[in-house]
Amino acid sequence: MKNHKTIVLSNQEISPGYFRMRILAPDYNRLARPGQFVMFRVQRSLLPLLRRPFGIFRAGFMPADCDTMPPKEFIEIIYKVVGSGTEIMQGLHHGDPVELLGPLGAGFDLNLTSGDSMLVGGGIGLVPLYMLAESIADPSRAEVLIGGRSRDDIIMVTEFERLGVKTFVSTEDGSLGDVGLVTHVLEQRLEQKPKARVFACGPMPMIRAVEKICRSKGVQLQVSMEELMACGVGACLGCVIKGEGHTSEKPNFLCTCKVGPVFNASDLAWNDCDSGGDVSDGDGCGCGDKQ
Amino acid sequence: MKRREKIDKTVHLQVDIAGIRLKNPIMPASGTFGYGEEYAPYLDLNSLGAIVTKGLSLHPKAGNNTPRVCETVGGMLNAIGLQNVGIEHFIYQKMPFLKQFDTPVIVNFFGNTQEEYGEVAARLDELPGVAGLEMNISCPNVKHGGIVFGTDPKAAFATVAAVRKKTSKPLIVKLTPNVTDIQVTARAVEEAGADAISLINTLTGMAVDVKTRRPRLANTIGGLSGPAIRPIAVRLVHQVVQAVKVPVIGIGGISRAMDALEFLIVGATAVQVGTANFVDPNAMATIIADLETFCLAEGVDDINELIGSLKV
Repeated sequence: MKNHKTIVLSNQEISPGYFRMRILAPDYNRLARPGQFVMFRVQRSLLPLLRRPFGIFRAGFMPADCDTMPPKEFIEIIYKVVGSGTEIMQGLHHGDPVELLGPLGAGFDLNLTSGDSMLVGGGIGLVPLYMLAESIADPSRAEVLIGGRSRDDIIMVTEFERLGVKTFVSTEDGSLGDVGLVTHVLEQRLEQKPKARVFACGPMPMIRAVEKICRSKGVQLQVSMEELMACGVGACLGCVIKGEGHTSEKPNFLCTCKVGPVFNASDLAWNDCDSGGDVSDGDGCGCGDKQ
Repeated sequence: MKRREKIDKTVHLQVDIAGIRLKNPIMPASGTFGYGEEYAPYLDLNSLGAIVTKGLSLHPKAGNNTPRVCETVGGMLNAIGLQNVGIEHFIYQKMPFLKQFDTPVIVNFFGNTQEEYGEVAARLDELPGVAGLEMNISCPNVKHGGIVFGTDPKAAFATVAAVRKKTSKPLIVKLTPNVTDIQVTARAVEEAGADAISLINTLTGMAVDVKTRRPRLANTIGGLSGPAIRPIAVRLVHQVVQAVKVPVIGIGGISRAMDALEFLIVGATAVQVGTANFVDPNAMATIIADLETFCLAEGVDDINELIGSLKV
């Protein structure tokens, strides 16, 4: 865990409104684990003031500028332009200064990927699942279920396919893949592989639906959650989420930044009545800018 | 030759708050630094003037629902709801970590009733390794219709006097800025036995999501902090310094050495850095280094020369 004052290496639009940014990030290949995130600071100004959390898409090496230099270590983040912070981000170019605090949080439990795995990603929620897919020892036993509103929201399918995992695409408007919600695909796939473990990241309604399905089928589930956070290191207590057995007398608030962003679904308080008395009302995964 | 002289010169940054000797006037503001350990990977805790803990209560406190934070122009609103582990957990689980540093530990605390304030203070009074107490009087009094202790000078006086009876440790009282006349409150807590005064706590504020028409915080109202509030904080510190004899700790929107200097010049003996820790976990180390650089450049040998040096 460190704060790096570093630079952007590249920043490309990969689908309308979605960008993939590569950032120079020493040590991240050694340190970053699937499901972790960074607190990203776009510029040294008062607007935006606070950093924002972004899930790490992948960490890698690229050739140095000359033979005598070591290769450059980088990470990639993927973001959707949704507000003032991400609007500034989309205008960044190679060499622009940025700051990265990380890698932060607890990632996915890789021990759970030994058998059949199902990775469920909704929209930008797909981001933290890529490193997980990369780490799975036998990719042929993993399936990635990718959902989104329309074809523009379906990103990175080719990257997943290159890893040797099977992909299933669905869109709500049917503009790409099957028509309907990704959760319907999950139900179908679990019929085929009832012993699979599920890993999910996406908007909150999707997470809730995935949790319901997994609970009713007795399937083990890990979810990556998102909450508004100020510090990312467990100090501000802004990003808490209600843990299993939480009551106001015996609080069990868990920091999304420190205990999460990946949780065992069974460690969280799920409440079917949507009264706001259960887990967050956030709109998905530790990987987007919500401002 | 001239250059050499400049390098050899050191600046005296030590200050004294009610008998607590600080290496420098920089410390974190309560609630922005956890219990110290959260920031230990990023910052040498030995370099700080003091460590101020997250506010503690007699029993653990759950805090509010989320969203608890939101960004505003040049600042942020928070309504955490004073979530904390409670005094017993702190003593056994958090204090051992803090004791290993050569930095005074100031424990922030609060209560829901005057009696609770007293009980926590008594517990902290006997705790080795605690250099001083910082009393948060910006919370509602549950026994008296939820009126905030710190907004009623009589209630503030009574509560501070009650705590004063329970502890001989240096007692810092942290004031809320949400009052009509800060000098009245400051005099009341000084009279009640406060050894020092810290201010300001957050200013109450609110933000609305115009699309959903909902407040952006689950609690509707929150506390505003960050660079946006600094001029208000400097003004209030200036006014309190005029009104009391006890040392004052300035808080509010400090993110650079220049900001800290404003508070020192109007008369604060030390300052607390809050929201800036979230923006840059190394902010306080940078401020300390830049304070020294400023003093060298301005020919100031001792930071105490700057304290209260405002020319009006």
